[in-house]
Amino acid sequence: MIPMLEDSFEIGGKKLSSRLFIGTGKYASDSMIPDVCNSTGACVITVALRRVDFNAITDNVMQHIPSHMQLMPNTSGARTADEAIRIARLARATGCGNWIKIEVITDNKYLLPDGYQTAKATEILTKEGFAVFPYINPDLYVARDLVNAGAVAIMPLGAPIGTNRGIRTEEMINILIDDIDLPIIVDAGIGKPSHACQAMEAGADACLVNTAIATSENPVLMGKAFADAIRAGRNAFLAKAGGTRQFASASSPLTGFIRNHEGLS
Amino acid sequence: MSFFSVFEQYQTMDIENVIGHMNQQAVLRRLNKNTLSIDDFAALISPSALPFLEQIAQKSHDITRRNFGNTIHLFTPMYLSNYCNNRCLYCGFNHDTQIKRYQMSLDEIDNEAKVIASTGLKHILILTGDAPKKASISYLKSCCDVLKRYFSSISIEIYALDKKGYENLIQSGVDGLTIYQETYNTDLYDKLHPAGPKKNFQFRMDAPQCAAEAGMRAITIGTLLGLDNWRKDIFFTALHASWLENHYPETEISIALPRIRPYYGCYQPEHRVTDQDMVQMMIAIRLFLPRCGITISTRENESFRNNILKLGVTKISAGSSTAVGGHSLSSVQHNQFEISDTRSVEQMVTFLETNNIQPVFKDWERF
Repeated sequence: MIPMLEDSFEIGGKKLSSRLFIGTGKYASDSMIPDVCNSTGACVITVALRRVDFNAITDNVMQHIPSHMQLMPNTSGARTADEAIRIARLARATGCGNWIKIEVITDNKYLLPDGYQTAKATEILTKEGFAVFPYINPDLYVARDLVNAGAVAIMPLGAPIGTNRGIRTEEMINILIDDIDLPIIVDAGIGKPSHACQAMEAGADACLVNTAIATSENPVLMGKAFADAIRAGRNAFLAKAGGTRQFASASSPLTGFIRNHEGLS
Repeated sequence: MSFFSVFEQYQTMDIENVIGHMNQQAVLRRLNKNTLSIDDFAALISPSALPFLEQIAQKSHDITRRNFGNTIHLFTPMYLSNYCNNRCLYCGFNHDTQIKRYQMSLDEIDNEAKVIASTGLKHILILTGDAPKKASISYLKSCCDVLKRYFSSISIEIYALDKKGYENLIQSGVDGLTIYQETYNTDLYDKLHPAGPKKNFQFRMDAPQCAAEAGMRAITIGTLLGLDNWRKDIFFTALHASWLENHYPETEISIALPRIRPYYGCYQPEHRVTDQDMVQMMIAIRLFLPRCGITISTRENESFRNNILKLGVTKISAGSSTAVGGHSLSSVQHNQFEISDTRSVEQMVTFLETNNIQPVFKDWERF
């Protein structure tokens, strides 16, 4: 019997049974979403409000999100703090709750988040009672500003959105994990389950994965693979892996003969 | 600094010759690069790249899927007015063409909008000829007031404006601009536009950056393929798009690839653009500009459109009419050009869904 450690994950006033957050974009069909929710066991799902048409006569992404999922609308498309704030307010007014993932991107070429605008939006929205999840470059100073602004978690990118290139910002994310007293949810760039596992092993609290699941040949199976990887990474983190060494640890050490003697037989 | 000064520098080079002399080694060197320069792009659109078309297509497909997912954005054009002061030799709305001229009233626009919106479309592209006194800025602003009730995004394809003009329309709810340079060959441009405001090549070239400076969210540029050697025109289109991306990173830049189609006056294009050429330019653009939108209109036929959807395209028009009030007016108007893919929005959606591509109707929320 393996002794299990207590590992609850509570965020934004919610107790979550999964540390995998998923998205709704890029699927060949939104009708896959319920099955992906099921296979991943995820509890949180992000949705770009700009894509939601509440009066749609056509298929609408919201129809496919199971009611037990915690919605985390995002401000994708916002170029300024002001636009992000207006999207957040619209999300709440249309019944999407008070969780909001702030994405302010002023660079369409690299899709990198604007830390300054993100902090401004976070400060205002937290005062309005939103649970704010800001998406940022893993920058310690921006993260500290966000802590002061009242964010409930920090969402640093592993690599630029949609690149699937993995945790390229590992060292910077490790600094956030060590120094920031908020949950760290690694978002963007995670292309393979092993990347998610790596982030969790390092001590991230959760990962948000969209592109890698949505654009795989089998999103349902890939979702399951990510859920497994995140669980494995988290368990490894909790199990506290043995330290790594630069040199081999010989089983017959050359210096094993040394005793605390003074050469006297 | 404007793109025109960059264009002038490149104009001194014999681009056609440079592209024509790329060899297969030059292409191969570029195939494995992650970030491409304009020189690399020139290699990919050269005749020497043709043996590697499938490899480039696979890469283009992967990049598109990663950046845009398994989705295609849908929109449709709405022709508001066909009055025009230009004499563009290739255009059905040319001032000298003997066609019925008409401009929709606001009530007619409301009806047209209702019909289009009933298909589920939320993005509209409004078009006029170049007649600012008739299809004036204040007329367009009033049109936007009507259209805002039905559509979450309004783009314009009208005469070129300065920054102030674009600011004015943005305030009324316009968020996208489509503007074609038609050709980057200045001599040919001069011949094709014998009279009218559009004759000013540089004013037209400056329009996309004026719009970007005015705060336009999305800008689509392009040439009318078939007017000149496509390799040369696409080289400059990509150079222009790349320049806009670098100088206005907050703006979404797209390239449209319209191939010339017959119209009422029967202009005969001098340069052939084959399906293979279309594929080559599209996938080369994707490798050079991974985040750039690529638009294909209903100028292309059904079979071709079906086959290129996985190659790099991100936006398509559907259920199109190129006549003023083409969706709702009972009197028959002349088309700007003949459309080739006549499928309705519903038929297009069915096709996309059957092929595991999600049709996206809405991608912006106006406040």
